[in-house]
Amino acid sequence: MNIEQLSLHANSVRENIIKMLYSAGSGHSAGPLGMADIFVALYFKLLKIDPSQPRWSERDRVILSNGHICPVWYATLAEKGYFDKKELLNLRKIGSFLQGHPKRNLTYGIENSSGPLGQGFSQAVGVALAGKIDKKDYYTYCLSSDGEHNEGQVWEAIMFSAKEKLSKLIVIIDRNYIQIDGFTENVMPMDEMLDKYQAFNWHVQEIDGHNFMEIIEAVENAKAVFDRPSCIIARTIPGKGVSFMENDFNWHGKPPNKEEEMKSLHDLRTLKGRIKSEHQ
Amino acid sequence: MSISNQKMGLCRQGFGEGLKEVAQKNDQIVGLCCDLTISTKMDIFKSAFPDRFIEVGVAEQNMIGIASGLAMEGKVPFCASYAVFAPGRCWDQIRVSVAYQNLNVKIIGAHAGLSVGPDGATHQALEDIASLRAIPNLTIIVPCDYYETKKATIKMAEYSGPVYLRIPREETPIITAENDIFEIGKANIIYQSKIENKIVIIGAGPILFEALEAGKALEKSHSLGVTIINSHTIKPLDEKTILEHIEGKKLVVVCEEHQKTGGLFSAVSELLSQRKPSKILPIGVDDSFGESGKPEELMVKYRLTKTQIYRKIISNI
Ligand SMILES: Cc1ncc(C[n+]2csc(CCOP(=O)(O)OP(=O)(O)O)c2C)c(N)n1
Ligand SMILES: [Mg+2]
Repeated sequence: MNIEQLSLHANSVRENIIKMLYSAGSGHSAGPLGMADIFVALYFKLLKIDPSQPRWSERDRVILSNGHICPVWYATLAEKGYFDKKELLNLRKIGSFLQGHPKRNLTYGIENSSGPLGQGFSQAVGVALAGKIDKKDYYTYCLSSDGEHNEGQVWEAIMFSAKEKLSKLIVIIDRNYIQIDGFTENVMPMDEMLDKYQAFNWHVQEIDGHNFMEIIEAVENAKAVFDRPSCIIARTIPGKGVSFMENDFNWHGKPPNKEEEMKSLHDLRTLKGRIKSEHQ
Repeated sequence: MSISNQKMGLCRQGFGEGLKEVAQKNDQIVGLCCDLTISTKMDIFKSAFPDRFIEVGVAEQNMIGIASGLAMEGKVPFCASYAVFAPGRCWDQIRVSVAYQNLNVKIIGAHAGLSVGPDGATHQALEDIASLRAIPNLTIIVPCDYYETKKATIKMAEYSGPVYLRIPREETPIITAENDIFEIGKANIIYQSKIENKIVIIGAGPILFEALEAGKALEKSHSLGVTIINSHTIKPLDEKTILEHIEGKKLVVVCEEHQKTGGLFSAVSELLSQRKPSKILPIGVDDSFGESGKPEELMVKYRLTKTQIYRKIISNI
């Protein structure tokens, strides 16, 4: 899978995020759009997985801790073939397995339940610890966010992982500088996350979360570390790809309306107006 | 839930306006929030008193701890989050830092109940009352509409001691009047049939609207007289009013948007098992988690609407 193919998948995932959020009429836009490149890099390049065997015991585990960004997870799982893309339009609807916040359902690749911030991080630590105890080869990827690091539970999990030298735990943080009440540095300053993790004895890298080369290289570097857990601080643009959503914390937790949906899809299909004709 | 000409209102708006109003009289009141300032309506207080607003970030345990320290020094902290996070995330801090020390901390659990809708089970607090009711010293209030929430907020600021206020996300029918009296610990009789009353419905929160409609329908269709008690304070329960009004009734019904375990139904059962053994019918969530869906769909699925209350009473009378 080359970079061009990855970007095509990421674009498709972003379009689906917009469509499913519009169809749901509620949900989170900014975080999911910002994390699309990372999810695609994981599922289409980096993970050892097989969508036809979602319970395969040797599979790499993906634990989503900032559960509110699940639209990007669902859209990526559908893109990868875990279930039909048509299901995406049932997001947040009664009877759907695509719950507003993830509900563990291995059949469709949804590895854990989350939503209340902080919990998924510790779940991931448990999954990685089990792998260590059982001498398994799988990696545990935990997706987290800057706002989530306000929670004390996250830091308890960080200390524990270093103590246990969970080298097969790779945490990827959506460092987009927003949370609900505003910019992270106004709500609860989180800079410099790199120094913080280093002080807790983790292996840390900071990357551009929209650069596939950097994402892939960072994960490969993380895998080469054998004595510590790894953290990748991914700088992302919240709302990435949709001009009027980018870097605006007001888009943390709302879906596009009809007009905004159209405009978002147009933005995504024309690279925010840089190319003239929509490629679809 | 909504009927076209039924007046609706937001309980959380009542909270925000009530807090602003009472804070004008008491400058010791401070507001704390965990990154949910607008949706809990704490923003109304924040705009009026920016210097008395404290943004704690997404850290509910810390918020309650800080509030207890502020209360030790005479402040009156109001702490707002969603009910699944406060008390959900910080029960131990509420138990020891707040209740054990009997400090004047007020906790607002917003977006409580199934009616949160599409966010799903993780965000639908159905156990908050159960988890708090066992804690000594703590008062628990579940107001039923905008006006009652506003009054409850003002009263809890005037009352000295720890209080939990539980409010929903959605607009709900206005069923009390602006001038109705609200006293913490004093239940209100909100309906009494003119014919002989055979049934008493005890409820708290917006589900009282459904109970009212069901009660009126029973009166019409089966000539069954009903008394409806708004037991907005779940702890301490207004035992006197409840005991007085179950006298001579055939059936006691308890309605709540909460698990049947540990909430108002349990509180009433505990009282009546000691003082007046009676048949008590629970209307509530039956030991299951919620799920994503529209609020009105969930209310039907989990059997909390007026029609379902009506039918359940009919088949039990
Ligand atoms: C324990 C807990 N408290 C509060 C919330 C409500 N909440 C949901 S998302 C969020 C902001 C989190 O920040 P971040 O993940 O950085 O948001 P994003 O970048 O996706 O906008 C908050 C406070 C929650 N989900 N869990
Ligand atoms: Mg963020």
